[in-house]
Amino acid sequence: MGGAPTDLKLIDERGLRLDGRRPDEMRPLKIEAGVLNKADGSAFVEWGLNKVMAAVYGPRECHPRHLQNTERALVQCHYNMASFSVEDRKRPGPDRRSHEISKIISEALTHVVFTEYFPRTSIDVYIEVLQANAGTRCAGLTAASVALADAGVPMRDLVASCAAGKVANTIVLDLGKEEDNFGQADIPVGYVPRTDEVVLLQMDGDLTREEFDKGLHMAIGACKKVYEVQRDALKRRYTARAEGQEEGA
Amino acid sequence: MSKDVVADLKRDYITRLLAKGMRSDGRQFDEMRPLKVETNYVGSAQGSALVQLGDTKVLVGVKLILGEPFPDTPNTGVLTTNAELIPMASETFESGPPDQESIEVARVIDRGIREGHAVDLEKLCLEPGKRVWIMFVDVHVLDYDGNLFDAANIGANAAFKTAMVPNKAAGLGEDVPLPVKHQPISITTVKIGGKLLVDPTHDEERVADARLTVATIETGNVCAMQKGLAGAFTLDEVFKVVETSSRIGADIRSRL
Repeated sequence: MGGAPTDLKLIDERGLRLDGRRPDEMRPLKIEAGVLNKADGSAFVEWGLNKVMAAVYGPRECHPRHLQNTERALVQCHYNMASFSVEDRKRPGPDRRSHEISKIISEALTHVVFTEYFPRTSIDVYIEVLQANAGTRCAGLTAASVALADAGVPMRDLVASCAAGKVANTIVLDLGKEEDNFGQADIPVGYVPRTDEVVLLQMDGDLTREEFDKGLHMAIGACKKVYEVQRDALKRRYTARAEGQEEGA
Repeated sequence: MSKDVVADLKRDYITRLLAKGMRSDGRQFDEMRPLKVETNYVGSAQGSALVQLGDTKVLVGVKLILGEPFPDTPNTGVLTTNAELIPMASETFESGPPDQESIEVARVIDRGIREGHAVDLEKLCLEPGKRVWIMFVDVHVLDYDGNLFDAANIGANAAFKTAMVPNKAAGLGEDVPLPVKHQPISITTVKIGGKLLVDPTHDEERVADARLTVATIETGNVCAMQKGLAGAFTLDEVFKVVETSSRIGADIRSRL
């Protein structure tokens, strides 16, 4: 969270943000389930200028083997950014940031997957960020949930995710890139609507207790909307599949 | 790449069909799979293309950054090609440092576009010996059903065609199109039980005896080749492959 350059106004006189959004407005979100052939399940999320693909393999044999758990499956997420996904070319391969994101997304997903059904196995979730514009961990977690469902992995619910934050002393929803770079705080949230639980939560910046309260509520409200889009993507996928089967019969 | 146990089972099926002159997906021996190219797919890259060749899907991104030329080529820009066979694309790909397969893929793609002068690297020199554009061609494989060589080569060519040199961001004036010179198109052929098949699927690759990738430019000249796998080609077969590659390459070039 850096200071804004003097000429950059993150919120204008009318109370609108750089891309014309109101403070509590999310960027447009599109989700498509079942976009890849090889993977057991997959999903593609376009969220504002973010393009994120998720693929699921498994449950399958667990590698590395020493991580195997005799009681349950291991949900292993691998978050990766394409070298061309950001303004300056990113060196390919995992860095400390992506290791951390992989870990918290794995943990969030583990909570909703019935891991006890598949002892000793691994459920591998691959998240590839193809184009990044702030909020890729939320987009990644959102996509990963849909991909898991598409793979037929039994789950308690989908995890929906969205961030809130603070820019120009205002609590806003779903930060864009400039807002992320020059804003005052960022709170990515992963939420399970059916059980009303938070499974991913991070925060950086500076917020009063009231501001945090407002931000978290705003993010959870948005997660509920994200959840509808996720469900809709899965319904479309399986409606299409059912129709395809009828044709084949 | 981890060992694949299904290959032996599929070999029988594929070779039996080939003996009857058929491929498992109904294609002619010299027929490419349906090709779809979407350029400018990634806004954060200077050029990009999403290529679908049958069920193979690759995303190629081109980025340019300022840097120093190599001491032995002070007057030319730098071309760097990298291929990521990410685990998303296939159950047989593993994460970690590039293995031999990704290195071969990256080098074959690199050779095609470098030797075919897809981009005029001399025009990417700003100050001899001091400052040049370094061009990164990054291939991201999303869905793998064989023939990465050609999918990535086509993607690179398509991305170059729409790429812009980011002069503005570097304070060097207006952005200009990337100086494209030729369009070297590579076509890959595999040999299975004495039959030559272009654009192999993953199943065909798994049972192939030998593989030959040939890149040709507009004149029909060959600019790069790579033979792979343990099998061999006769001289006649090599000439035939070159002829077919040049013919199919011309068709693809006209569609980009």
